[in-house]
Amino acid sequence: MSGFGLEQIWVYLSATPLLHLFATLLAFIVATRINRWVGGTPLLHPVIVAIALLIGFLLLTGTDYATYFEGAQFLHFLLGPATVALAIPLYDHRERVRRMLWPIVIGTMTGIVTAVISAVSIAMVLGADPQTVLSLAPKSVTSPIAMGIAEKLGGIPSLTAGLVLLTGVVGCIVGPWIFRMTRITDPTIQGYSMGLAAHGFGTAYCFASVGAVAGAFSGLAMGLSGLVTAFVLPSIVHLFGL
Amino acid sequence: MSLIIGLSILLGCQFLGEIVSRTFALPVPGPVLGMLILLIALMIRGGIPKSLRTMGEGLLKYLTLLFVPAGVGLIQHFGLISREIWILIITLIVSTSLTILVTSQTLQRVARRDVSSRKHNT
Repeated sequence: MSGFGLEQIWVYLSATPLLHLFATLLAFIVATRINRWVGGTPLLHPVIVAIALLIGFLLLTGTDYATYFEGAQFLHFLLGPATVALAIPLYDHRERVRRMLWPIVIGTMTGIVTAVISAVSIAMVLGADPQTVLSLAPKSVTSPIAMGIAEKLGGIPSLTAGLVLLTGVVGCIVGPWIFRMTRITDPTIQGYSMGLAAHGFGTAYCFASVGAVAGAFSGLAMGLSGLVTAFVLPSIVHLFGL
Repeated sequence: MSLIIGLSILLGCQFLGEIVSRTFALPVPGPVLGMLILLIALMIRGGIPKSLRTMGEGLLKYLTLLFVPAGVGLIQHFGLISREIWILIITLIVSTSLTILVTSQTLQRVARRDVSSRKHNT
Protein backbone atom coordinates (compact mmCIF):
# COMPACT_ATOMS: atom_id res chain seq x y z
CA MET A 1 0.00 0.00 0.00
CA SER A 2 2.72 2.42 0.98
CA GLY A 3 4.67 1.42 -2.14
CA PHE A 4 1.67 2.37 -4.22
CA GLY A 5 1.51 5.73 -2.40
CA LEU A 6 5.16 6.48 -3.12
CA GLU A 7 4.62 5.63 -6.73
CA GLN A 8 1.70 8.05 -6.88
CA ILE A 9 3.85 10.78 -5.41
CA TRP A 10 6.63 10.01 -7.90
CA VAL A 11 4.24 10.10 -10.84
CA TYR A 12 3.02 13.50 -9.67
CA LEU A 13 6.45 14.94 -8.88
CA SER A 14 8.20 13.71 -12.02
CA ALA A 15 5.61 15.53 -14.12
CA THR A 16 6.14 18.95 -12.47
CA PRO A 17 9.02 21.30 -13.31
CA LEU A 18 9.81 21.47 -9.60
CA LEU A 19 11.60 18.11 -9.35
CA HIS A 20 14.08 18.65 -12.17
CA LEU A 21 14.82 22.26 -11.32
CA PHE A 22 15.55 21.16 -7.75
CA ALA A 23 17.59 18.16 -8.95
CA THR A 24 19.73 20.45 -11.16
CA LEU A 25 20.56 22.81 -8.30
CA LEU A 26 21.22 19.88 -5.95
CA ALA A 27 23.49 18.15 -8.48
CA PHE A 28 25.45 21.39 -8.91
CA ILE A 29 25.92 21.80 -5.15
CA VAL A 30 27.08 18.19 -4.76
CA ALA A 31 29.38 18.52 -7.80
CA THR A 32 30.94 21.70 -6.38
CA ARG A 33 31.60 19.87 -3.08
CA ILE A 34 33.14 16.90 -4.92
CA ASN A 35 35.38 19.23 -6.95
CA ARG A 36 36.59 21.03 -3.83
CA TRP A 37 37.18 17.68 -2.13
CA VAL A 38 39.49 16.46 -4.94
CA GLY A 39 41.47 19.72 -4.92
CA GLY A 40 39.74 21.69 -7.69
CA THR A 41 41.06 19.73 -10.69
CA PRO A 42 39.57 20.85 -14.04
CA LEU A 43 39.14 17.15 -14.93
CA LEU A 44 36.29 16.93 -12.41
CA HIS A 45 34.91 20.41 -13.06
CA PRO A 46 31.62 21.00 -11.18
CA VAL A 47 29.71 21.43 -14.44
CA ILE A 48 30.93 18.12 -15.83
CA VAL A 49 30.26 16.25 -12.57
CA ALA A 50 26.78 17.84 -12.29
CA ILE A 51 25.93 16.82 -15.86
CA ALA A 52 27.15 13.27 -15.24
CA LEU A 53 25.10 13.03 -12.01
CA LEU A 54 21.96 14.28 -13.75
CA ILE A 55 22.39 12.01 -16.77
CA GLY A 56 22.77 9.10 -14.34
CA PHE A 57 19.63 10.22 -12.51
CA LEU A 58 17.61 10.47 -15.74
CA LEU A 59 18.78 7.05 -16.95
CA LEU A 60 18.04 5.49 -13.55
CA THR A 61 14.52 6.93 -13.35
CA GLY A 62 13.82 6.43 -17.06
CA THR A 63 13.04 10.13 -17.56
CA ASP A 64 13.36 11.59 -21.04
CA TYR A 65 15.20 14.84 -21.74
CA ALA A 66 12.06 16.78 -22.70
CA THR A 67 10.54 16.10 -19.26
CA TYR A 68 13.79 17.07 -17.54
CA PHE A 69 14.05 20.25 -19.60
CA GLU A 70 10.58 21.42 -18.52
CA GLY A 71 12.10 22.05 -15.11
CA ALA A 72 15.63 22.97 -16.17
CA GLN A 73 14.51 25.50 -18.79
CA PHE A 74 14.21 28.18 -16.12
CA LEU A 75 17.97 28.06 -15.61
CA HIS A 76 18.68 27.59 -19.31
CA PHE A 77 16.69 30.71 -20.13
CA LEU A 78 19.09 32.83 -18.05
CA LEU A 79 21.92 32.09 -20.53
CA GLY A 80 20.50 34.85 -22.77
CA PRO A 81 20.65 37.70 -20.24
CA ALA A 82 23.98 36.28 -18.95
CA THR A 83 25.44 36.61 -22.46
CA VAL A 84 24.27 40.23 -22.61
CA ALA A 85 25.86 40.76 -19.17
CA LEU A 86 29.30 39.86 -20.63
CA ALA A 87 29.27 43.50 -21.81
CA ILE A 88 29.95 44.53 -18.18
CA PRO A 89 33.47 43.01 -17.83
CA LEU A 90 34.24 44.14 -21.40
CA TYR A 91 33.32 47.70 -20.46
CA ASP A 92 35.40 47.45 -17.27
CA HIS A 93 38.44 46.43 -19.35
CA ARG A 94 38.10 49.21 -21.96
CA GLU A 95 41.27 51.01 -20.79
CA ARG A 96 43.33 47.84 -21.17
CA VAL A 97 41.95 47.32 -24.67
CA ARG A 98 42.81 50.88 -25.65
CA ARG A 99 46.40 50.52 -24.34
CA MET A 100 47.10 47.24 -26.11
CA LEU A 101 44.82 47.68 -29.10
CA TRP A 102 47.03 46.22 -31.83
CA PRO A 103 48.34 43.13 -30.04
CA ILE A 104 44.77 42.40 -28.97
CA VAL A 105 43.24 42.89 -32.44
CA ILE A 106 45.89 40.80 -34.20
CA GLY A 107 46.06 38.13 -31.48
CA THR A 108 42.27 37.78 -31.35
CA MET A 109 41.85 37.45 -35.12
CA THR A 110 44.71 34.96 -35.49
CA GLY A 111 43.49 32.95 -32.50
CA ILE A 112 39.89 32.73 -33.67
CA VAL A 113 40.83 31.81 -37.23
CA THR A 114 43.19 29.11 -35.90
CA ALA A 115 40.54 27.72 -33.53
CA VAL A 116 37.79 27.51 -36.14
CA ILE A 117 39.84 26.38 -39.16
CA SER A 118 41.75 23.73 -37.20
CA ALA A 119 38.60 22.32 -35.58
CA VAL A 120 36.63 22.20 -38.84
CA SER A 121 39.44 20.84 -41.01
CA ILE A 122 40.63 18.16 -38.55
CA ALA A 123 37.09 16.92 -38.00
CA MET A 124 36.40 16.89 -41.76
CA VAL A 125 39.64 15.05 -42.58
CA LEU A 126 38.79 12.44 -39.95
CA GLY A 127 35.41 11.97 -41.61
CA ALA A 128 33.03 13.54 -39.10
CA ASP A 129 29.36 14.01 -39.87
CA PRO A 130 28.61 17.58 -41.17
CA GLN A 131 26.40 18.21 -38.13
CA THR A 132 29.25 17.21 -35.83
CA VAL A 133 31.62 19.56 -37.69
CA LEU A 134 29.18 22.46 -37.30
CA SER A 135 28.78 21.65 -33.61
CA LEU A 136 32.57 21.60 -33.17
CA ALA A 137 33.28 24.88 -35.00
CA PRO A 138 32.47 27.26 -32.10
CA LYS A 139 34.07 25.03 -29.43
CA SER A 140 36.52 27.65 -28.06
CA VAL A 141 33.80 30.22 -27.42
CA THR A 142 31.99 30.59 -24.11
CA SER A 143 28.94 28.27 -23.98
CA PRO A 144 26.02 30.69 -24.31
CA ILE A 145 27.53 32.27 -27.43
CA ALA A 146 28.73 28.92 -28.83
CA MET A 147 25.27 27.40 -28.50
CA GLY A 148 23.70 30.37 -30.21
CA ILE A 149 26.22 30.09 -33.06
CA ALA A 150 25.69 26.31 -33.41
CA GLU A 151 21.94 26.80 -33.57
CA LYS A 152 22.25 29.46 -36.27
CA LEU A 153 24.65 27.27 -38.30
CA GLY A 154 22.54 24.13 -38.12
CA GLY A 155 24.70 22.25 -35.61
CA ILE A 156 23.40 20.60 -32.43
CA PRO A 157 23.41 23.17 -29.58
CA SER A 158 23.49 20.61 -26.76
CA LEU A 159 26.36 18.71 -28.41
CA THR A 160 28.17 22.04 -28.74
CA ALA A 161 27.56 22.72 -25.03
CA GLY A 162 29.26 19.45 -24.13
CA LEU A 163 32.16 19.99 -26.57
CA VAL A 164 32.72 23.52 -25.26
CA LEU A 165 33.02 22.16 -21.72
CA LEU A 166 35.49 19.48 -22.84
CA THR A 167 37.51 22.11 -24.74
CA GLY A 168 37.77 24.03 -21.48
CA VAL A 169 39.11 20.96 -19.69
CA VAL A 170 41.60 20.20 -22.48
CA GLY A 171 42.79 23.83 -22.51
CA CYS A 172 43.49 23.81 -18.77
CA ILE A 173 45.55 20.63 -19.13
CA VAL A 174 47.60 21.45 -22.26
CA GLY A 175 47.89 25.26 -21.77
CA PRO A 176 50.41 25.33 -18.88
CA TRP A 177 52.45 22.63 -20.62
CA ILE A 178 52.58 24.63 -23.90
CA PHE A 179 53.64 27.77 -22.03
CA ARG A 180 56.46 25.84 -20.35
CA MET A 181 57.65 24.29 -23.62
CA THR A 182 57.62 27.62 -25.53
CA ARG A 183 58.87 29.67 -22.54
CA ILE A 184 55.90 32.04 -22.42
CA THR A 185 56.06 33.62 -18.97
CA ASP A 186 54.16 36.91 -19.45
CA PRO A 187 50.90 36.56 -17.44
CA THR A 188 48.99 38.83 -19.84
CA ILE A 189 49.87 36.57 -22.79
CA GLN A 190 49.14 33.38 -20.82
CA GLY A 191 45.80 34.80 -19.69
CA TYR A 192 44.75 36.07 -23.10
CA SER A 193 45.60 32.77 -24.85
CA MET A 194 43.77 30.70 -22.22
CA GLY A 195 40.66 32.88 -22.35
CA LEU A 196 40.56 32.78 -26.13
CA ALA A 197 41.08 29.01 -26.48
CA ALA A 198 39.37 27.77 -23.30
CA HIS A 199 36.76 30.49 -22.42
CA GLY A 200 35.52 30.50 -18.79
CA PHE A 201 37.52 27.39 -17.83
CA GLY A 202 40.73 29.13 -18.90
CA THR A 203 39.69 32.26 -17.03
CA ALA A 204 38.95 30.34 -13.83
CA TYR A 205 42.27 28.50 -14.18
CA CYS A 206 44.19 31.79 -14.65
CA PHE A 207 42.59 33.41 -11.59
CA ALA A 208 43.36 30.35 -9.48
CA SER A 209 46.84 29.36 -10.71
CA VAL A 210 48.51 32.31 -12.52
CA GLY A 211 47.18 35.50 -10.93
CA ALA A 212 44.71 38.38 -11.08
CA VAL A 213 46.26 40.07 -14.14
CA ALA A 214 46.18 36.82 -16.12
CA GLY A 215 42.61 36.25 -14.97
CA ALA A 216 41.49 39.71 -16.07
CA PHE A 217 43.11 39.30 -19.49
CA SER A 218 41.59 35.87 -19.81
CA GLY A 219 38.12 37.24 -19.08
CA LEU A 220 38.69 39.99 -21.61
CA ALA A 221 39.77 37.45 -24.25
CA MET A 222 36.71 35.31 -23.53
CA GLY A 223 34.30 38.21 -24.04
CA LEU A 224 36.03 39.72 -27.08
CA SER A 225 36.64 36.44 -28.89
CA GLY A 226 33.05 35.36 -28.25
CA LEU A 227 31.76 38.56 -29.76
CA VAL A 228 34.10 38.50 -32.78
CA THR A 229 33.62 34.76 -33.42
CA ALA A 230 29.85 35.21 -33.64
CA PHE A 231 30.47 37.60 -36.54
CA VAL A 232 33.29 35.87 -38.45
CA LEU A 233 32.58 32.16 -37.89
CA PRO A 234 29.66 31.82 -40.34
CA SER A 235 31.80 33.11 -43.24
CA ILE A 236 34.78 30.89 -42.30
CA VAL A 237 32.52 27.84 -42.19
CA HIS A 238 31.08 28.77 -45.60
CA LEU A 239 34.62 28.58 -47.03
CA PHE A 240 34.52 24.85 -46.23
CA GLY A 241 31.26 24.50 -48.15
CA LEU A 242 29.18 23.72 -45.06
CA MET B 1 13.88 46.91 -7.04
CA SER B 2 17.43 47.18 -8.28
CA LEU B 3 17.53 43.52 -9.36
CA ILE B 4 14.36 44.04 -11.39
CA ILE B 5 15.77 47.12 -13.12
CA GLY B 6 19.05 45.29 -13.81
CA LEU B 7 17.28 42.27 -15.28
CA SER B 8 15.01 44.53 -17.34
CA ILE B 9 18.05 46.25 -18.88
CA LEU B 10 19.58 42.85 -19.77
CA LEU B 11 16.32 41.45 -21.17
CA GLY B 12 15.65 44.70 -23.04
CA CYS B 13 19.05 44.53 -24.76
CA GLN B 14 18.52 40.83 -25.56
CA PHE B 15 15.10 41.69 -26.98
CA LEU B 16 16.55 44.43 -29.22
CA GLY B 17 19.31 42.01 -30.26
CA GLU B 18 16.76 39.33 -31.23
CA ILE B 19 14.78 41.89 -33.26
CA VAL B 20 17.90 43.05 -35.14
CA SER B 21 19.05 39.44 -35.70
CA ARG B 22 15.65 38.32 -37.08
CA THR B 23 14.93 41.48 -39.08
CA PHE B 24 18.20 41.34 -41.01
CA ALA B 25 18.44 37.50 -40.92
CA LEU B 26 21.94 37.82 -39.40
CA PRO B 27 23.93 34.68 -38.52
CA VAL B 28 24.84 36.34 -35.18
CA PRO B 29 22.77 35.17 -32.16
CA GLY B 30 20.39 37.74 -30.64
CA PRO B 31 22.01 37.75 -27.17
CA VAL B 32 25.44 38.52 -28.73
CA LEU B 33 23.95 41.52 -30.53
CA GLY B 34 22.28 42.43 -27.23
CA MET B 35 25.72 42.36 -25.59
CA LEU B 36 27.05 44.69 -28.30
CA ILE B 37 24.06 47.03 -27.88
CA LEU B 38 24.62 47.14 -24.11
CA LEU B 39 28.36 47.76 -24.57
CA ILE B 40 27.70 50.70 -26.91
CA ALA B 41 25.06 52.09 -24.53
CA LEU B 42 27.52 51.89 -21.61
CA MET B 43 30.21 53.67 -23.64
CA ILE B 44 27.78 56.47 -24.51
CA ARG B 45 26.51 56.72 -20.93
CA GLY B 46 30.04 56.48 -19.52
CA GLY B 47 29.33 54.19 -16.57
CA ILE B 48 27.51 51.09 -15.34
CA PRO B 49 24.29 51.63 -13.34
CA LYS B 50 24.50 49.91 -9.95
CA SER B 51 21.35 47.87 -10.57
CA LEU B 52 22.82 46.47 -13.78
CA ARG B 53 26.12 45.58 -12.12
CA THR B 54 24.37 43.78 -9.24
CA MET B 55 22.21 41.66 -11.55
CA GLY B 56 24.80 41.13 -14.29
CA GLU B 57 27.67 40.13 -12.03
CA GLY B 58 25.31 37.87 -10.09
CA LEU B 59 24.41 36.05 -13.29
CA LEU B 60 28.04 35.83 -14.45
CA LYS B 61 29.13 34.47 -11.07
CA TYR B 62 26.87 31.45 -11.53
CA LEU B 63 27.32 31.22 -15.28
CA THR B 64 28.63 27.65 -15.04
CA LEU B 65 25.37 26.47 -13.41
CA LEU B 66 23.45 27.77 -16.42
CA PHE B 67 25.33 25.39 -18.78
CA VAL B 68 24.09 22.31 -16.93
CA PRO B 69 20.61 21.92 -18.52
CA ALA B 70 22.07 22.07 -22.04
CA GLY B 71 24.93 19.75 -21.09
CA VAL B 72 22.47 17.13 -19.85
CA GLY B 73 21.12 17.26 -23.41
CA LEU B 74 24.14 15.14 -24.37
CA ILE B 75 21.94 12.24 -23.23
CA GLN B 76 20.14 12.57 -26.58
CA HIS B 77 23.35 12.21 -28.59
CA PHE B 78 24.95 9.11 -27.09
CA GLY B 79 24.70 7.34 -30.46
CA LEU B 80 26.46 10.10 -32.38
CA ILE B 81 29.10 10.58 -29.68
CA SER B 82 30.01 6.90 -29.40
CA ARG B 83 30.19 6.66 -33.22
CA GLU B 84 32.56 9.65 -33.52
CA ILE B 85 34.25 9.59 -30.12
CA TRP B 86 37.82 9.44 -31.49
CA ILE B 87 37.21 12.20 -34.02
CA LEU B 88 35.89 14.40 -31.22
CA ILE B 89 38.76 13.64 -28.84
CA ILE B 90 41.52 14.15 -31.45
CA THR B 91 39.93 17.34 -32.82
CA LEU B 92 39.47 18.85 -29.36
CA ILE B 93 43.04 18.13 -28.21
CA VAL B 94 44.86 19.12 -31.42
CA SER B 95 42.74 22.18 -32.21
CA THR B 96 42.80 23.54 -28.64
CA SER B 97 46.60 23.07 -28.38
CA LEU B 98 47.13 24.76 -31.75
CA THR B 99 44.91 27.68 -30.74
CA ILE B 100 46.82 28.29 -27.50
CA LEU B 101 50.18 27.91 -29.26
CA VAL B 102 49.39 30.24 -32.18
CA THR B 103 47.67 32.88 -30.02
CA SER B 104 50.47 33.07 -27.45
CA GLN B 105 53.20 33.17 -30.12
CA THR B 106 51.37 35.90 -32.07
CA LEU B 107 50.83 37.99 -28.96
CA GLN B 108 54.47 37.55 -27.91
CA ARG B 109 55.70 38.80 -31.29
CA VAL B 110 53.24 41.66 -31.75
CA ALA B 111 53.64 42.88 -28.17
CA ARG B 112 57.43 42.92 -28.48
CA ARG B 113 57.24 44.94 -31.70
CA ASP B 114 54.67 47.27 -30.14
CA VAL B 115 56.91 47.94 -27.13
CA SER B 116 60.05 48.51 -29.21
CA SER B 117 58.29 50.87 -31.64
CA ARG B 118 56.96 52.84 -28.69
CA LYS B 119 60.50 53.15 -27.32
CA HIS B 120 61.71 54.50 -30.67
CA ASN B 121 59.02 57.13 -30.66
CA THR B 122 59.93 58.54 -27.27
